[in-house]
Amino acid sequence: MTTSTNSGKHREQIMHIVFTLSALTAIVAVGLICVFLFAGGVPAMLEIGVLKFLLGKDWSPTDTPASFEIFPMIIASIYVTTGAILFGVPIGIFTAAFMAKICPKRLYAFLKPTISLLAGIPSVVYGFFGMVVLVPLVRTWFGGNGSSMLTASLLLGIMILPTVIGIAETSLRAVPEELYEGAVALGASHERAVFFIVIPAAKSGVMAAVVLGIGRAIGETMAVKMVAGNQALLRMPKEFLKGLRTLTANVVIEMGYAEGLHRDALVATGVVLFVFILLINLVFSLLNRRSAL
Amino acid sequence: MKQLSKKKPFDLFLCVFTWLCAGTTFLVLVFIISHIITRGLPYLKPSIFALKYNSENVSLFPALISTFILVVLSLLIAVPIGVFSAIYLVEYAKRGSRLVKVVRVTAETLSGIPSIVYGLFGMLFFVIRLEWGMSILSGAFTLSIMILPLIMRTTEESLKAVPDSYREGAFGLGAGKLRTVFYIVLPSASPGILAGIILSVGRIVGETAALLYTAGSIARIPTTPMASARTLAIHMYALSSEGLYTGQAYATAVVLLAMVIGINLLSEYLANKIVK
Repeated sequence: MTTSTNSGKHREQIMHIVFTLSALTAIVAVGLICVFLFAGGVPAMLEIGVLKFLLGKDWSPTDTPASFEIFPMIIASIYVTTGAILFGVPIGIFTAAFMAKICPKRLYAFLKPTISLLAGIPSVVYGFFGMVVLVPLVRTWFGGNGSSMLTASLLLGIMILPTVIGIAETSLRAVPEELYEGAVALGASHERAVFFIVIPAAKSGVMAAVVLGIGRAIGETMAVKMVAGNQALLRMPKEFLKGLRTLTANVVIEMGYAEGLHRDALVATGVVLFVFILLINLVFSLLNRRSAL
Repeated sequence: MKQLSKKKPFDLFLCVFTWLCAGTTFLVLVFIISHIITRGLPYLKPSIFALKYNSENVSLFPALISTFILVVLSLLIAVPIGVFSAIYLVEYAKRGSRLVKVVRVTAETLSGIPSIVYGLFGMLFFVIRLEWGMSILSGAFTLSIMILPLIMRTTEESLKAVPDSYREGAFGLGAGKLRTVFYIVLPSASPGILAGIILSVGRIVGETAALLYTAGSIARIPTTPMASARTLAIHMYALSSEGLYTGQAYATAVVLLAMVIGINLLSEYLANKIVK
């Protein structure tokens, strides 16, 4: 009897340690990712010159002397993300309002799985769809060769919809029913109560949805690469029918054959992207904390 | 209709616009799926499931098998770690402990990292530093880090949903903590945990950017874990960027979509099961 309880105690202790170690894995993983990315990218940045790398306009890795400057890609990422937000956020928020407050229950049971399916479609399928449908569409309607800032923004706008809808809907549902009822009791119509009382009350949750959408859009790689044209040139917003290359596309296009400083410069591109994402995550968790209060 | 005509113009506009937006979202999905299925189905011939890939049959079968192997390997790594960390967070950690906060923050960070950054890290760490080369193993480890936060979060939520009375009952009958966790709590939480696992299968099946430079893109059934192989998503990417096999790319997209739809339905079904 004593031996069995003893071994039981041992087992408890061992498993307690195993559980704790497992919980530490996430921390170790983030640590490793930071260490390896920064160790791979920062020396290259220093060698090229941090300001030159970040703010120079010339990316020509195969020239002699080669030039590694990623300002056009940073701007391109910002353009297509802004475009995606312009397309995706209004539709996303209205759809979220529809799902949370307007949609008949029967329709909801059907619509909800549809939205999560939209989130489940692989980005390479989106990219392919963009290539065979959106690119020709933009070419015939707007001119240019179709692989452009506009096409990438449109496609990303579709891709961030489920993210924006999901989080915005949750935060709209979290608004206390009294606010809505109060507005209706004071004579507001259903629509007015939803759009002028409930949505403003869920402000920080809706903002969090937008921020997460930004994170999705800026980090998307394959779909953007397949429709954006990928010229590493600095574009102006009015050149929205011309091609451009985002940070993510830059990494995925050239990593296959890059060597030496070129490869390290691509890792450094990844570092810049990573820092962007960390900032976005920070803003997101701050907003979440505020909506939790 | 009578209701609609009673509304003030502005309210009517808001109402119609909301319906329009929701309709757009829905139609976009329907359009993507129907477009791909109608174009892809004619190419789903038996030759596309041939055992070996060559440029004549453009078979997706090796990619299908590689996807399956990669899913199994990644789950073998990520599921125990993810479930165990969730057990720690819910059952063992003291309330408000600092470690729990740090684990939560890092898991959140992991879930926000884009797949191309995982790909870069996997290449730098598994492929180069650990010298595993472009291999299924490198790909599986990279993806298991990627799906870890998803498994942790869904497991945590389903463990929290198990009523405390179950645990108290088990303790009351003399069960130890470990026994309670494994024989009482985990079984009651299993539909939710499974739903999370199935969702992460979906992420693995659809992943491209994180695999391109970790698992590589060789179109052969891998014989060892150290062999490079392409998954279905990579296969599709390769076909569509070569531009020669658009029809076969459609067919691959159909198979991918069918898998994703199946996965979503299954996880939906399991998630509904816990609510009841």
